[in-house]
Amino acid sequence: MNEQNHLELTGVSIDFPTDNGPFRALQDVNLKIGKGEFVTLIGHSGCGKSTVLNIVAGLHQATAGGVLLNGREVREPGPERAVVFQNHSLLPWLTAYENVELAVKQVFRGKKSRSEMRQWIEHNLELVHMTHALDKRPDEISGGMKQRVGIARALAMQPEVLLMDEPFGALDALTRAHLQDSLMEIHACLGNTVIMITHDVDEAVLLSDRIVMMSNGPAATVGQILHIELDRPRERLALADEPRYNHYRSEVLKFLYERQRRPVDDSAPANRASAEDDVKPKRFARLRIVGG
Amino acid sequence: MRKGFWKQYQTFQSRRLDALLHALAGVNTSGPVGKLVHSLAVPMVALGIFLMLWSVGAANVTTSLGALPGPVQVWTQGIALYDEHLAERDKERAFIERQEQRNAETLANDPGAEVKLRPYTGKPTFFDQILTSLGTVMVGFLLASLIAIPVGIVCGMSSTLYKALNPLIQTFKPVSPLAWLPIVTMVVSAVYISDDPMFAKSFLTSAITVTLCCLWPTIINTTVGVSSVDKDLINVSRVLRLNWFTKTMKIVLPSSIPMMFTGLRLSLGIGWMVLIAAEMLAQNPGLGKFVWDEFQNGSSDSLARIMVAVLVIGMLGFLLDRSMLMLQRRVSWDKSLVLR
Repeated sequence: MNEQNHLELTGVSIDFPTDNGPFRALQDVNLKIGKGEFVTLIGHSGCGKSTVLNIVAGLHQATAGGVLLNGREVREPGPERAVVFQNHSLLPWLTAYENVELAVKQVFRGKKSRSEMRQWIEHNLELVHMTHALDKRPDEISGGMKQRVGIARALAMQPEVLLMDEPFGALDALTRAHLQDSLMEIHACLGNTVIMITHDVDEAVLLSDRIVMMSNGPAATVGQILHIELDRPRERLALADEPRYNHYRSEVLKFLYERQRRPVDDSAPANRASAEDDVKPKRFARLRIVGG
Repeated sequence: MRKGFWKQYQTFQSRRLDALLHALAGVNTSGPVGKLVHSLAVPMVALGIFLMLWSVGAANVTTSLGALPGPVQVWTQGIALYDEHLAERDKERAFIERQEQRNAETLANDPGAEVKLRPYTGKPTFFDQILTSLGTVMVGFLLASLIAIPVGIVCGMSSTLYKALNPLIQTFKPVSPLAWLPIVTMVVSAVYISDDPMFAKSFLTSAITVTLCCLWPTIINTTVGVSSVDKDLINVSRVLRLNWFTKTMKIVLPSSIPMMFTGLRLSLGIGWMVLIAAEMLAQNPGLGKFVWDEFQNGSSDSLARIMVAVLVIGMLGFLLDRSMLMLQRRVSWDKSLVLR
């Protein structure tokens, strides 16, 4: 398969209807993601990161442009693009095992036998180190554990693309670090393509192959793309003293806090960088303030 | 600011009331024993005050049937109703025994003789009437639930259907049982024609009236419960491409169960209230008919007997609600939920 044409977002724009007419949330988002690549989307709140993810998931329909996965257009949600939701979204009346089982039964109906399914469910819960709490319901386990089960559920769908919407946003720093390590382990082992949204600069640099930095909305788009060329497996402690790591970090911070700080000038017309222009970051204008 | 003051004032008031009740009960509320006494003694004191006020107040109201009965007369009549029940049962047993004896004699004389056992046809006692009422309300309520829960689910899932049905629901919801009853009576008489009827017409009329009145809270609450399922969970079902049935069974129903039960409890409460009125007019031999018959009878004991019925109706209504609550506890996945 063509490395770059695994997942392709072309000219994706989306309007949301409001009382004052359509609101353009995304404008001309272009992005090509290779198989097995780990991409994070980073940007200020409300810049449309989640919308991009939801369009790839098929939960939202782009107004213009579209998404191709392996050359086929994405029109609706499906288990080959599994989503890990921000607030875990486990069914509270099912145990950890049953939550994963629901997904496995749906995806592998007729393809796996009962005992194979059982093994597969347990295997996925093992990947996220949750075998000790198979029969616990979500309200009986901690936030980090819930998120682990949510990841296990998504992995159990054997997705081509794993979409993660700020999966660790609601967790404390220590739990988050644990889960980041688990996620790197799983990614190294399974090689899924991952798109992850985050607010956390360290997390983005630590996990990603590429960081996609988004400009502020309305009409948000891809601002700059940063390749992270750090060797894997990555060690968070070793990286702390690594100059390249700190360079990447400061690049992202500069983008977020210098170039995308609000309020900004609204003089220049939109001259938006597309995914291909990511080698040299260039200045561009954004943000027409709504209603003056 | 004003609101804060009002709140403070209210707490102050209720604290004073608490102190008063404690003083009346002579209780110290600290410690485990104190807590137990507190939870028992306070209601007892309140009950005592209520009985005292009732007793004094009732004696001062004179009706054409004499003074309004106080707690003592009502208690006496309660016992009397129980004795009547026992006496009636004794009569029934004697009646059956007599028949069996006669039949045995006939058979002894002529082994080929045909013998019959006639059922006892004495008048229903107060306790028979209670059972009739409970049976009628349960039939009406179950019928209503069987209709209301599916309707609520589809209304909650489809906003088009909701918009179509909502005006009808809102129109029929406030209709009094007394307005439904004549229509139901006529329809039952016209439609339910059978030589060997399984149910009495009065029973059907009362049950259907109950159904018509207790459909609505269940429909409305189920609709709200189903339509307010967490959007993320719906997204989970979309990502998994769950079909309609699995989505309903695995996601929609479990998450709307609390609202559904709120509706069912409201419905059962309304059904029980409606039933008494329906039985009065439909002459279904339940508690409503008992009250009506006593009212028409107009003896010096009648008012006291009616008050016994009032208390029994109240307590049974309370028990019905509690049993729904217990059912909800059993069905609900969230055992930590505080249900009251």
